[in-house]
Amino acid sequence: MEELLKVEGLHTYFHTYRGVLKALTGVSFSLYPGEILGLVGETGCGKSVTARSIMRLIKEPGKIEEGKILYRGKDLLSLSEEEMRTIRGKDISMIFQEPMTSLNPVLKIGTLMSEVIMVHKKVNKNRALNIAKKMLKEVKMPDPEGVLNKYPFELSGGMRQRVMIAMALSSDPEILIADEPTTALDVTIQGQILRLIIDLSQKRGTAVLLITHDLGVVANVADRVIVMYAGNIVEEGRVKSIFTNPSHPYTKGLLRSLPSLAKEGEELPTIPGTLPNLIYPPKGCLFYDRCDIREEYCKEGRPERFHLGEEHYVWCHKIKNEKMERLGYGRTD
Amino acid sequence: MKKKMPLTLYLILKSPLTLFGAVLVILLILMAIFAPLIAPYNPNRISLREKLAPPSLKHPFGTDEVGRDLLSRVIYGSRISLQVGIVVVLLAGIPGILIGAFSGYYGGQFDNIIMRLMDIVMAFPPLVLALSIAAALGPSLVNSMMAVAFIMIPKFSRLVRGETLSLKEKPFVLATRAQGGKPLYIIFRHIIPNSLSSVIVLASLVMGDAILVAASLSFIGLGAQPPTPEWGALVSVGRKYILDQWWYATFPGLFIFLAVMGFNLFGDGLRDILDPKIRGR
Repeated sequence: MEELLKVEGLHTYFHTYRGVLKALTGVSFSLYPGEILGLVGETGCGKSVTARSIMRLIKEPGKIEEGKILYRGKDLLSLSEEEMRTIRGKDISMIFQEPMTSLNPVLKIGTLMSEVIMVHKKVNKNRALNIAKKMLKEVKMPDPEGVLNKYPFELSGGMRQRVMIAMALSSDPEILIADEPTTALDVTIQGQILRLIIDLSQKRGTAVLLITHDLGVVANVADRVIVMYAGNIVEEGRVKSIFTNPSHPYTKGLLRSLPSLAKEGEELPTIPGTLPNLIYPPKGCLFYDRCDIREEYCKEGRPERFHLGEEHYVWCHKIKNEKMERLGYGRTD
Repeated sequence: MKKKMPLTLYLILKSPLTLFGAVLVILLILMAIFAPLIAPYNPNRISLREKLAPPSLKHPFGTDEVGRDLLSRVIYGSRISLQVGIVVVLLAGIPGILIGAFSGYYGGQFDNIIMRLMDIVMAFPPLVLALSIAAALGPSLVNSMMAVAFIMIPKFSRLVRGETLSLKEKPFVLATRAQGGKPLYIIFRHIIPNSLSSVIVLASLVMGDAILVAASLSFIGLGAQPPTPEWGALVSVGRKYILDQWWYATFPGLFIFLAVMGFNLFGDGLRDILDPKIRGR
């Protein structure tokens, strides 16, 4: 299948006062039409930076240093800001984690929604308000007519996130980037909102890049998963193979540290250590310090993508070497 | 059941100084609107037989050197002062807001240059700068308003720039950009409306300042020219008679004082009321 979005060797750096923080160093992945791709990792691993790089919304002092972001074969990084603007919200939409502050407090919901719709659909105000109402119905907003006349502060967090989803989907984008859309919400609402995003995008054939640190969420809804660590992808595969057969020690650690009712009373296992310093990153594997299967040769060079099984890839020196030895190729380093 | 009063109104009533300021401002506005109805005489009616008459029932504020009723002149003067305040706020506010919003939003070298220009304007004592501009333009009420407006621009632009710097980092601005919002749309629909509450407070304070500076310019002869019943001009002429006819300069001066104090108290009170940190208490 032809990929909708292809990210190749994405490097995004932040030029801070203390030095150049290498937030993304060579992220590559593809998003296929209609699929739901989960992007997981701990806080600070570069999930949001990846999303914002795709939207070209990296703030100063951040900068995309190299790489390609191909949308339908067109490199988004080579577009002018003007051209990029016509893609944002129309072809690629995004939902953020803070529904409480993502709506302008001085404008009514109807005004906010219709102004966005007017830009992308080139329709008049009345038509736009009708579309807005229809979209609010689709996101199962109670009393859509009334909500159009309300200000954001009159809505709850869950309702605001519904508005954001309605706005993001109103222009029928091909890609929806959801950056931790449920993190700031009540647990009881989280499931509903997530279900809504998935149902609506599947109905419309929208591909979703779902960013989250919640593995449970990914296991439930995603088709494929990418696991990120310190600005790199460490493992990629179908949800089923990642969850039943995790290979990278980081993925294994993440899955082990999930709370479960079966092990009630026991202390949760953790991955010792913290993220490496990304201003002066180590030369070798970035996970070296926290890894439980590390070898001396892991300190030399970054691991490369290694094909493990069907649509299953891992970035790990050790796993690659073991597999190669077993296949009789001998060590490759 | 008692109808609930809006919180802002309640807060104004609860703060006596703000209320006092608001009353002064409202009285000034009413006085200006209904000047022909409340003024006992035509402000320009000359009656040489009654010249420099002391305050009496017939002329509560006395009369001037050609026998014009000072009360009527002071009442008509409120129209000029209010007009000066409003014109100056508009003339300074609109460019000030635009300069501040664009400068803050685009940032970088552009912002740097604009803000240094504003610093230059602010570096001069306001009255001295206004005076030299008014003198260069030639003495007239319109020129003095332009001079005062010019020196007030940096106040608005610095305030709005500061608001813009904080607003442009807000998630809703990022969300709007992610929806494909153009910079102009973001500035006019998202940034400026959100900074208006502080602009309103500043506008009230600037009104007071503008009335005072414009009156000062008239006092030294660079603003409204006699026989216009401008308060500053009245004080200026009355100065000659201050030792023998105290009422001539005193009453217009008192009204300048009350008007400026009214706008300042009202502005200060509004600032406290619109500040959400204080509002909730």
